[in-house]
Order: sequence, then C-alpha cells, then structure tokens
Amino acid sequence: MNKHKFSRLALYVFLSISAFVSLFPFYWMLVSSTNSTADINSGKLSFGSSLMENLTKLNTQVDLGLVFYNTSKIAILSTVFTLIISSMAGYGFEVYKSRNRDKVYNALLLTMMIPFAALMIPLFTMMAKANLLDTHFAVMLPTIASVFIVFYFRQCTKVFPKELIDAARVDGVKEWRIFVFVYWPVMRSTYAAAFIIVFMTSWNAFLWPLIVLQSAELKTINLVLSSLSSAYFPDFGVIMVGTVVATIPTLAVFFAMQKQFVAGMTGSVK
Amino acid sequence: MSSSVSQQLSSAPENPKKKQGSHGSFHRFYDINGWTFVGGAVALVALFMIYPILNSLWLSLHSGRGIVTEFVGFGNITRLFNDPVFIKALSNTFIFLIIQVPAMILLSLALSSCLNTPNLRFRGLFRLAIFLPCVTSLVAYSILFKSMFSYEGIINASLLWTGIISDPIPWLTDPFWAKVTIILAITWRWTGYNMIFYLSAMQNIDKSIYEAARLEGVGAIKQFFYITVPLLKPVILFTTVMSTIGTLQLFDEVMNITQGGPADSTMTLSMYIYNLSFKFVPNFGYAATVSYVIVFFAAILALLQFKMAKDK
Repeated sequence: MNKHKFSRLALYVFLSISAFVSLFPFYWMLVSSTNSTADINSGKLSFGSSLMENLTKLNTQVDLGLVFYNTSKIAILSTVFTLIISSMAGYGFEVYKSRNRDKVYNALLLTMMIPFAALMIPLFTMMAKANLLDTHFAVMLPTIASVFIVFYFRQCTKVFPKELIDAARVDGVKEWRIFVFVYWPVMRSTYAAAFIIVFMTSWNAFLWPLIVLQSAELKTINLVLSSLSSAYFPDFGVIMVGTVVATIPTLAVFFAMQKQFVAGMTGSVK
Repeated sequence: MSSSVSQQLSSAPENPKKKQGSHGSFHRFYDINGWTFVGGAVALVALFMIYPILNSLWLSLHSGRGIVTEFVGFGNITRLFNDPVFIKALSNTFIFLIIQVPAMILLSLALSSCLNTPNLRFRGLFRLAIFLPCVTSLVAYSILFKSMFSYEGIINASLLWTGIISDPIPWLTDPFWAKVTIILAITWRWTGYNMIFYLSAMQNIDKSIYEAARLEGVGAIKQFFYITVPLLKPVILFTTVMSTIGTLQLFDEVMNITQGGPADSTMTLSMYIYNLSFKFVPNFGYAATVSYVIVFFAAILALLQFKMAKDK
C-alpha cells in the first residue's frame, strides 16, 4: 500500500512538472509583454507596467493593423479555397470510385512525402516567371491543393451515407447540387476539423512567405516577428507583444473548437 | 428476313446489349463527374508539386551563379562531398534526429500512459497543459525560447538561483549548448502533439489486459514495455516517421533561435538550401542538389513505412 501511494505521488509530480514546463513559456510570454526589454533580459518574473509602451512602440515600427490584416487575409482565403478544392477531390475520389482515379489518388498520396525544401526553388522561379513574386496570391496558390486534406475528406466520406446521394439522384438533383446541399450539411464537423488544420498551418506559415514577400506592406506577422528578433540587440519587450498578437488567434480557434481540433488531428490515422 | 422476325429472334440477346448501352452512358456520366470533382486538386498538385520536384531534379544537374548556369551532370554531387558546410548540416540534422526523435517519442509515451491511469485527478487539465505548446506558431515559440535562453535570461537566472549551476550556460553562443537549446525547443513544441495520437490509440486497448497483468503481479513499468508499447506499434511507427520527416526539414526554429550558428553548429539542410538560394549569390542548381538529399532520405523513410505497414 505504501509503495502504491509512493508511485501515485511520483505520477502526480511527473505530470505537474511536465504541465509546468509546458505552460511556463506562455506565462513568460504574457509577463514579458508587460515588461521593458531590460527587465526581460534580467529575467523578471512578475507583471510590469510597460504593456502600452511596448504596444505603441511596436505600432510605430510596423503597421500592426495592416500586418494583422495581411495574415488574416492570407489565412482565411487560403483556408476557404483549400477546403472547397480539396473536399471536392476527396468526395470525387470516394463517390465516383474508378480504377483510373484510384491510380491518380495513390500518386497524390505519394506526393505527401515530398519535402517542401525540394519544391521551394522551382516554385520561386515559377512565381518569378509568372510575375507573381511579392504578392499574396503567390503565397496562397501552392497551398490550395492540400493532399492531406484530400486524404482526410476521402477517409471521412467513407462513412457518409451513400443512400442520400442515390435518393437525391432519383429526385433528379444535379451532381454539384448534391455536393453542396446534401454533402456539405452532413459533413459539417469534418469541415470544422479541416478548417482548424488548414487555418493553423496557414497562420503559422513562415518559409514560403519569407521567400515570396519582400514589400513591408505585404508582410505577415511571422515575418515581422522574425525580422524584429534577428536584430543585433532585439527589443524583446516589443517583440513579446507581437508574439502575443500572433498567438491569440490560434489559441482562440483552439479553445473554441477543441473537440474538432483533436478529432481532426487523429481522425486521419484511425 | 423480315424485320419483325429478326427483332423477335434477336430480342433476347439484344436486351443485355441495351442495358450495356445505358450502363455505358451512366458510366460516362459517372466518369465525367468524377474527373470534374477531382480535377482542380489534381491539376494544382501536378502544377505545384509534381512539376517542381521534376524541375528540381533537372536543376540539380546544373550549376552557376544567378541566371548564368551550365550543365554539370553529376558535378554537384561530387561538390557535396567536398563541401564542409553541407557535411556539417547533414551531421547536425542527424544528431537532431537521433537524439531528439526517440527522446520525444519516449516522453510522449510516458506522459500518455500516465494520463491513461484509471482514477487520475485533473486528467483534463494535465492533458490540456501538455498539449497547449503545439498550438503556438513555430516563429513565436522560437522567439520565446531565444529570449528565455539568452545569456542573462530567465533559464540561466533560475538555474543560478537554485544553485544547479554556478556559472551561466552560454545556451545560444556555444556550439554544443546551441544544439541542446534547439533540441529542448523542438521537444517542448511537439511532445504534446504526439501524446494526443498515443492517447487516442490507448483508448482502443482492452482494459482487461492491464487488469490481468496486475493480478499476475506485473508492475507498471513492465506493463508499459510489454503491453502498451507493442500494442501501439503502428501509431509509434507513424509518429516516428512524421517526426523524422519534420526534423529533416527543420528550418523555422534554427532560423529564429540561432540562425544556424554559432559557426554552423545548428545549420540544417533546409537552412543551408535557403542560404544557398536566397541569402548568398543564388546557386539554384547546387541548392536543388542539397534538397534532393532530403528527398532521398524522405523516400527511404516512406519505403520503410510502406514495408512495415504491409508486414502488419
């Protein structure tokens, strides 16, 4: 019994330490956003009074509203287009099953293994030739066809009741209308989960926007944060406010849709 | 022969033919719709993944500065073996792989089996806390780590305060400690992510197996290694491959925490490709060759995963 009590205690200690380590950087981020850079650099652990000062400073160095708008615009537009194009494909591969299309599907799955590092140079030259460098369009375009989301939708369509499609066909409903008016409402939770995955990926994207975007007025929050922090003496007070701004939307999406978030992550593996 | 007779005679074999005809038109309708629905995504993937990866292969046979390039065949590959920065980047990537991936997988497994113990209090709270890091953006958390691990930063301050160390550790400026910092950072960000996969897989394990083991007097540690780990093998394999591919492409963290330094000690393959293409005078051909090294390892991994999945 004593041994059992000891192992219970060890369990709670281990979990508490892990939880503390996981949460501490969040606390550090919040505290630091209210402190001056000098305080941050000396490891001050309590909340300070420099939040407004940091925010104003950040806003004079970059147009925070515009940066936020750029990031949101790219994230929302590419998420909407990714969901439409990729869910259409997932639906098409599963509902109109054929041997040829399955061959194409398998080829698509293989492309999931291609590392982005091997694509970025040709993509960059393609965008240069198409005169699209330094545009938001070029940031979004290569991300719209997400093979992972196609795969995710196909897996989820497997349990979609096909009788609904047959019933609609008997009533003479056109195929695209079946997709929009029958499939979409039924698959709401799948769309929610896919939305979270794509939105997070897009909001957090760094390398491709870094290559494509040069003008200051087009930059996203990650690019701004990265360039601010690469200064020789980074002004961490200002930067921490920026990281809070960058983290709030993804945290909000996570807390609003926690259940779908986990479902989306693990759903594809089951 | 009169037509009515022929019609009568052939009516039997004509019926299935007619059916085939209507089936054929349905088949065509089915096919056209099928291609229409998948067409957009297939075209985009062909344009933005398949064409570039082939183009990259072609580029890798060329070399030159900027737009002036010449065909060098396998010249770039010979250059790879004589390039100290490439060899450094490759060995760094492998050090990250060999140390970080197994450590993180073990840690996530341990955490998920702790969270899976019956009658655990605050289960939801613990799970949420440990999962939360993977909601942050790679850039934001990298900057957080950069500030926490700076020479006079909070990590050194607390270690000094508790007396664990007597001199501050040069986390970001020493080749060895810089690697440690990167490994700690990645582990912080991804442990909870992997944990969620294990937790959801553990829910499918029959509880009576553990019950039987407990009655036989098998301890918790043994249960973990002899029951949990073997039953989770497919998920462990999946997460290992995903983490390995992620680490092969490591970029955001090194770019924002150490910028590959000090003295290239945290340089990774992706970072080197970026430098070759966009920081130095661009040499796209040679950069493409380096990128194919990543493709090569990713392909091996994919094959390995495919084989193991088949054996299952």
